[in-house]
Amino acid sequence: MAIDLHKYANPKRFLAITAAIYPWSVWLTVILLLGGLYLSLFVAPPDYQQGDTVRIMFVHVPAAWMALMIYTLMAVSSAVGLIWKHPVADLTAKAAAPIGACFTFLALVTGSLWGQPMWGTFWVWDARLTSMLILLFLYLGYMAIWESFDDPTKAAKAAAILALVGVVNIPIIRFSVDWWNTLHQPASVATMDGPKIHSTILIPLLVMGLAYTAFFVMVLIIRVKAEILKRRLHVLQIAELRES
Amino acid sequence: MTRKKRRLYFVLAGMCVLGIAAALVLTSFEDSLVFFRSPSDLVEKPIEPGRNFRLGGLVEEGSVEKNGVITRFSVTDLNEVVPVTFKGLLPDLFREGQGVVTEGAFNEEGVFVATNVLAKHDENYMPPEVADALKKAGQWQPEDGG
Repeated sequence: MAIDLHKYANPKRFLAITAAIYPWSVWLTVILLLGGLYLSLFVAPPDYQQGDTVRIMFVHVPAAWMALMIYTLMAVSSAVGLIWKHPVADLTAKAAAPIGACFTFLALVTGSLWGQPMWGTFWVWDARLTSMLILLFLYLGYMAIWESFDDPTKAAKAAAILALVGVVNIPIIRFSVDWWNTLHQPASVATMDGPKIHSTILIPLLVMGLAYTAFFVMVLIIRVKAEILKRRLHVLQIAELRES
Repeated sequence: MTRKKRRLYFVLAGMCVLGIAAALVLTSFEDSLVFFRSPSDLVEKPIEPGRNFRLGGLVEEGSVEKNGVITRFSVTDLNEVVPVTFKGLLPDLFREGQGVVTEGAFNEEGVFVATNVLAKHDENYMPPEVADALKKAGQWQPEDGG
């Protein structure tokens, strides 16, 4: 039992820290999301060319940011898990994957809904759209690997390797619009000459980005806690079986 | 400690090899990763009539001529110009000076016969009043949109 207690030392500290952050993340999510949606839907002006269709961007662009950010976090956690065998790192990566997959899906669907009226098509196989679809498959593949192993240690290792291999896709997505000509427009916010979006449209976009981040932190805390408890239960069940 | 270090170096080396492999693959497939060709690309690497490809650029100012369902216009990248003809419905964002991607092939006369036209949006977002003010002040750059 002494060894088991040692193993729990870190998850315990993790749970204590996240328990303190959690209420803040809930309030921030509620306030930022309500404020962001109000700014996006009522305060922001229509675009000079797109009209009100520009409002799809307030849902689409932060979702795409989150999709990339969560994958990067997942890859870093996986590397920490793989190299330093930190148990919470593997569980964080595992817990983040479905959230990232949802944001990727949201970005793809809202992009498609914007593309139909603006470009004249729901989908094209250009570098940006294709690499984003690959990201969704990477998330789904990562989740499938966790499900396909009975031994969580083996599953964590295999999934971590996939997450690290897939990380090459992240710069490809980010720079696809600069490296090749695509139908998707180039970056508007993070450019060398500063944002190419007027501040009345940029501010709601950034508020929505913060709202999504707060939402992600909130859901991640819940999911990691559930994973830690599940793992703990698993260990207790095995111990009970051994005793009987 | 040494095992952890070894794992760290192994992962770092793996990532480097992977990065190099990805870069090599992407550079060698560059031609097929490009979504469209610009009029200048066609001067560099001409494409024979009848072969389908995508042509992209800006709709040249003053080049749009509508005749029923047939639209004639020119696609330019501000260096070279290609005449295009298209029969069908154009997307909302199609206008002079705006980015466009057309699918089709050259005919024998060197005119690009498009079967599909997609509007390409640029990276600029602003309210209509700001766009008007920019135009009035003479700060408007046609290649930026509008």
